[in-house]
Amino acid sequence: MTAPLAPRPFLARNPSVGWFLGILAALCLIVVILSPALGLDMVSTSFIKTLGKTLCLCLAALAMDVVWGYTGILSLGHMAFFALGGYMIGQWLMYARTEEIVLLSLAGGPIPPTATEVAQGVATQIFGVVGSSDIPAIWSFAHSLPLQLALVVLVPGIIALVFGWLAFRSRVTGVYLSILTQAMTLALSLYLFQNDSGLRGNNGLSGLQNLPGLAATSQDAVSLWFFLASAAALGLTYVLLAWATSGKFGSVLRAIRDDEARVRFLGYPVEGFKLFVFTATAILCGIAGALYYPQAGIINPAELAPIASIYLAVWVAIGGRGRLYGAVIGAAFVSLVSSWFTGGRVPAINLGFYTIDWVDWWLVLLGLSFVLVTLFAPKGIGGLFDLWQGLRAPDRKGAPLGPDQGALQEKEALE
Amino acid sequence: MTALLEVSGVSVTFDGFRAINNLSFSIGPAEMRAVIGPNGAGKTTFMDIVTGKTRPDTGSVTWGERSVSLLKMTEAQIARAGVGRKFQRPTVFEDQSVADNLILALQSKRGPLAALRFALSGAGRDRVAELAAEVGLTDHLARKAGELSHGQKQWLEIAMLLAQEPKLLLVDEPAAGMTLAERERTTAMLVEMARTRAVVVVEHDMDFVRRLNCKVTVLHEGRVLAEGTLDHVTKDPTVVDVYLGRG
Repeated sequence: MTAPLAPRPFLARNPSVGWFLGILAALCLIVVILSPALGLDMVSTSFIKTLGKTLCLCLAALAMDVVWGYTGILSLGHMAFFALGGYMIGQWLMYARTEEIVLLSLAGGPIPPTATEVAQGVATQIFGVVGSSDIPAIWSFAHSLPLQLALVVLVPGIIALVFGWLAFRSRVTGVYLSILTQAMTLALSLYLFQNDSGLRGNNGLSGLQNLPGLAATSQDAVSLWFFLASAAALGLTYVLLAWATSGKFGSVLRAIRDDEARVRFLGYPVEGFKLFVFTATAILCGIAGALYYPQAGIINPAELAPIASIYLAVWVAIGGRGRLYGAVIGAAFVSLVSSWFTGGRVPAINLGFYTIDWVDWWLVLLGLSFVLVTLFAPKGIGGLFDLWQGLRAPDRKGAPLGPDQGALQEKEALE
Repeated sequence: MTALLEVSGVSVTFDGFRAINNLSFSIGPAEMRAVIGPNGAGKTTFMDIVTGKTRPDTGSVTWGERSVSLLKMTEAQIARAGVGRKFQRPTVFEDQSVADNLILALQSKRGPLAALRFALSGAGRDRVAELAAEVGLTDHLARKAGELSHGQKQWLEIAMLLAQEPKLLLVDEPAAGMTLAERERTTAMLVEMARTRAVVVVEHDMDFVRRLNCKVTVLHEGRVLAEGTLDHVTKDPTVVDVYLGRG
């Protein structure tokens, strides 16, 4: 039996999984201990929300890494799926919460309110802002949590499936595909901006942090729940994706990234694989969005702006694409640094003739670091781990790296 | 003998240039065939048509005992039906280990869900080890394919083709960039393969073709100029005129 072919256990094939789950668990423990709800009250609820949102962004970055870093499809539209997931859960949150309020206000009446009265009240409350008093058809399922949860998966999934089928079937690749995905997210965004799209136009959905039926529960507790749920989703997804990408499936994906035509001649349905990955990662983004927006509290069509998806690609590039932990590091690092810089707490630099205000200059810094990473460190932050491992333990497996007898001879090379 | 592959009356035009002009070709299930011809004779286009990369304007390409048309199938379907192709430049997945390359090529269900569920069986493991031994890469299984020498990559690609177990093998200039010893080994291997399957070798090198000792098809300007033994075709005055005479 040759050693390289022997089956190895999952953790041996994916050493990063153990580390990742350990660090994530430690983070959860620290946050719970320091939280206002269950612990020492040493971090603020808004900080816990920021951390929870960051974990959701990491989840989206994982999906982006699989579709771009592993399969080579530079999708610049995955944040659209993220936002759609948010809209789907937002519909239920807003509807159910408004219904509660309407019922409460009608409870004082001499006779119990009819269903029509309740629906009328909900419609006026939610859609008054866009000058309408009817509930649009796309809110048909909003009364039911299970149905809206199903839509969190189905809406991004079906849009990705149809879009991907059209694009991949026509063999659209490379920068053309990237442009198409940008067009898709822009089109969706413009559509949602319209008042008659039925999702409250540019107002978007708000008050999503208030969970229906839990009016008495403080945001301290709710934020912690969502933080832990986001951490669980991230951990689970990490294990799932590590499993998928370390086996033959991942091998096929990387082969498609490197030489699509050759994979076809091996008999693999390349378009089928691309569609599968595009759709599956869109669904992951939808789930991430459904966890993100209740923590953000508000969603509007600006969340589907083309720039959002470009940020996602930037995070993955800075973190190091083609490795799952790279995506997580990139998303966590850049989005936390970003919220620090844009939070106005970074002291401005006074140059005498000009003051560098980081709220404005942060984007320049981000753009610059993206260019620098692309040029000088294409492996991203994740590449540091290679460096560290290389210094600690050169893994040559005893094989010579230099050319051997079968190598191109000098004579042939000169021809 | 029924033909494994039957190409008849095929024509292809690229922007007004007739790359293939009413070409007909057929090969049996266990036969070696060398295809020769000057540059631009349509050798590569011919392979592209058979593997589904290029769609012909007219003509038909049928496959196997039941004469299925290959023209309606995708590249992947044609590959699954049993057509293997080796490119001129060794194309292996350089970022992956030699073992991974072989496992990718190994006969298996090809869909995404099948790939997710895939686990290398004991038989598969033995087959990979056997193939690696056959091409002298046993010690290199764990190395990335990109680290291999040019010759070793050629061998890896040949092993991958064997792993695919094709019924028809299309080989584009196998001897390119190989040393003399490697050429001899390649010849022996191709002859061995042709015992059980059809092998079409596209080659420039007449010496190499002579060593294959098989029927030769001469292409010129997208059609078959002559067919027969190498001695027969090299005596054909038209062949001498268009091909050998120019050298």
